[in-house]
Amino acid sequence: VTTVIRISRREFLAGLGLTTGLALGVFASSVQGAEPSGRAGPGPAPASQEHALGTDSLSPNVLVHVAPDGEVTIVCHRSEMGQGVRSSIPILIADELGATLERVVVRQADGDPRFGDQNTDGSSSIRKFYDDLRRAGAAARQMLIAAAAKRWKVEPESCVAADHQVTHAKTKRQLGFGELVPAASKLPVPTPEQLVLRPVADLRNVARPDLPLLDGPDYVTGQAMYAGDITLPDMRIAVIARPPVVGGRVKHYDAEAALAISGVECVIEMPAPTKPWRFQPWGGVAVVATTTWAALLGRAALAIEWDDGDEGGVDSASIREQLLTSVRAPGLPLRVVGDLDAAIDGAASIVEAEYLIPYLAHLSMEPPAAIAQVAAGKAELWVSTQHPQAARKEVARILGMSEDDVTVHVTLLGGAFGRKSKADFPSEAAFLAREVGFPVRVQWTREDDVRHDYYNTVNAQRLCAGLDDGGKVIAWHQRTAFPPIASTFDSSVEQPSFDDLQQGVLDLALDVPNIRAEACRAKAHVRVGWYRSVYNIFHAFAVGSFIDELAAARGVDPRDQWLELIGPARVLDLSALGVEKLTNYGESLERHPVDAGRLRNVIERVTASARWDDRFAAGRHLGLAAHRSFVTYTAVVVSVVPDKVRKFRIDEAWIAMDPGTVVNRDRVLSQMEGGLIMGISNALFGGVTLEGGRVQQSNFRDARIARIGDTPRKIHTDLVASDAPPGGVGEPPVPPVAAAVANAVFALTGERIRELPMARRLGG
Amino acid sequence: MKLRVNGTEHTLDVDPEMPILWVLRDLLGLTGTKYGCGEALCGACTVHLDGHAVRSCVTPIRRAEGKGLTTIEGLSTDGSHPLQQAWLALGVPQCGFCQAGQIMTAAALLAAVPKPDDDQIDASMAGNLCRCGTYPRIRAAIKQAAGVEEDEP
Repeated sequence: VTTVIRISRREFLAGLGLTTGLALGVFASSVQGAEPSGRAGPGPAPASQEHALGTDSLSPNVLVHVAPDGEVTIVCHRSEMGQGVRSSIPILIADELGATLERVVVRQADGDPRFGDQNTDGSSSIRKFYDDLRRAGAAARQMLIAAAAKRWKVEPESCVAADHQVTHAKTKRQLGFGELVPAASKLPVPTPEQLVLRPVADLRNVARPDLPLLDGPDYVTGQAMYAGDITLPDMRIAVIARPPVVGGRVKHYDAEAALAISGVECVIEMPAPTKPWRFQPWGGVAVVATTTWAALLGRAALAIEWDDGDEGGVDSASIREQLLTSVRAPGLPLRVVGDLDAAIDGAASIVEAEYLIPYLAHLSMEPPAAIAQVAAGKAELWVSTQHPQAARKEVARILGMSEDDVTVHVTLLGGAFGRKSKADFPSEAAFLAREVGFPVRVQWTREDDVRHDYYNTVNAQRLCAGLDDGGKVIAWHQRTAFPPIASTFDSSVEQPSFDDLQQGVLDLALDVPNIRAEACRAKAHVRVGWYRSVYNIFHAFAVGSFIDELAAARGVDPRDQWLELIGPARVLDLSALGVEKLTNYGESLERHPVDAGRLRNVIERVTASARWDDRFAAGRHLGLAAHRSFVTYTAVVVSVVPDKVRKFRIDEAWIAMDPGTVVNRDRVLSQMEGGLIMGISNALFGGVTLEGGRVQQSNFRDARIARIGDTPRKIHTDLVASDAPPGGVGEPPVPPVAAAVANAVFALTGERIRELPMARRLGG
Repeated sequence: MKLRVNGTEHTLDVDPEMPILWVLRDLLGLTGTKYGCGEALCGACTVHLDGHAVRSCVTPIRRAEGKGLTTIEGLSTDGSHPLQQAWLALGVPQCGFCQAGQIMTAAALLAAVPKPDDDQIDASMAGNLCRCGTYPRIRAAIKQAAGVEEDEP
């Protein structure tokens, strides 16, 4: 249950530059229960709406303010990294309120627990806050209407709010929002029971196809400000030589050579991290200079000798062998239906295959950058961060300060994809700013970004199916081995968990009587972390490829194989899935069930638009894959044609997605296009390799991503119209792509690709 | 060293080997030109040197002496360049970081080839990376700005 509450704490509002006016926040009851004394835990929603709330308990997930001049301010507490959240969050509030979009201002929130959850990950900004955004707008609307009705001595129900004013329908009397603010701000806030949301059809901008991109004009004129674009007076610029092997240490370096470079002011050894790595700075040696160029020259002159430490003997070939060994032995069974061993023993035939996906680097176009200023016991940072509260916490730890003394401003992010939820780079800046006594910008180079990433984890899987006489799959056995992200926070963790396997293994709709899915151990040799769609990438690749292999083994149409395996349209409960529990991306199974019908539907739609049944007659080679992730359903068809350089080229692609309710249609379509292309990058080029513990790639020449010519000339997006609760959008387009490409390549060449990236095998 | 950037004359005392990128960003405060790779592999730093697209991250400032540099800030004074308008009309940017470089490369393309086809666009834009995957809309926006008809899907 969430409640809308008036925000009366002046200091909080003043910090946002908002003073007089009507300010409302939406509070989760579990947060309200946390008393200022620190007594935490869920509690009842407060009986009164007029709380002089303590700082600690003031946690509006959503904040809306109407000023006496009518200007509406909506605070965006989520980071903008290309998904369009700053263009989307205001829409719901403004539509519920009846505001004119031109009179809505969006302010970016600093990192502060008082804003609730700001970690912009998990494709969750609309998914988690859809209802709260509407409640905030509705409460403000009802208060403005109540103020108008009181003045006109009419019933509130006889008034409407639209176009930034309240109108009494019968008499056509009108009052602007601003004129009503003084009176409205003294009225009681509607209780949850009194809140009335507009019918969805009345939300005039929601799902409008041509919503403007809020930051668009700044993007195309070079005015958009990312962290690296901010300059403070007397600011110095630092680049850091970090240990090439995780956990390595500096043995020797030539500070004099660096200091001899004009513009270099000082050379500072960074604190070496200790296990577990978490978000600690990476160690190494920083060169601080007046310009980036001088800092780069200084770093190149350091001639550092490293002690590589424990991971210095690790290479990708041995990691690959460890993973394959792991999936060739029993793991921890987390999904069990029927009696798999008996079904395999009794099967008429067996199909089995192993799949491998390497560590993936994020490679956002903006390498990490952070600016810090530390003075008078306080720290202030500007960071391109997805997770400003984590940045604040790690900076406070590094500086030995209270979090209250650390301010983290969130700039625009030049791509992030999970990389920038880590707080390593802001804490480097904070440490250096304190050491040198001037503001410092830490600028990562592309090489730093490639070699010091929190990679998407490496994976091997073994899939095995038992078929009956008629070719129907009666046994499904999946083993997946990968170092879990938990290893970054607890170095002893090698066992993937229930939470990990929810991503495409436990929630896979199967109409198979005997199923076992096992999680197999693997040791992390680098820092691993979240990367757009995370474990779904390799689970969707293996499952999507294996279903195609089953079809080929049986000689049936791959689409028919998909639909047969998924089975009839139905909702699968925990017992049908064969699991004890399902994290389900933090959503209840009642609100977001595992719905085989929605998965079937996107497969049927995407194959219809790709004219799947005509593919042989048309001389086309198509590959299909589908996947549920972040409670959204996606299917992809890829067409490949022969090519001189790399055996094949992707000439056309179709993507159908059902994310439930959509707020900003054009931004969802752009995520579908972009996710498809990121999936192509994963399939063709993705992956870093290790030798002697060192990442072998360094820049875009060997850490490659799709260029314009690698992407299909024709991309067809099909967004399923739905009134189901909103699901994720940013990540779900990615997972099915690699399997669809591999399956298309098989259709063209007869060659089955079970290990990514493909360019390594197929050239180009 | 004398420079002309977006029509304004500057006199700078600077290491002649410093790449144009860092002169623009660190010395002149023109931050619309982005650092993405430092090795002319991604195109985020693309500017015009006497009308030609160059990767400013590997081009020493001495090569700009006595010549005219144009950055995204100088492509138009008010965002009215047909490419900028097409970029907005088609909602091209996602994170936006690479887009200044994309637009600068596209502007040089249209100056040389007023009505490019898909092959010419792909060849010309091959050096500009976008991790968000805005390539389909980049193609469409270049064609819209050039007044080239889109193929039927």
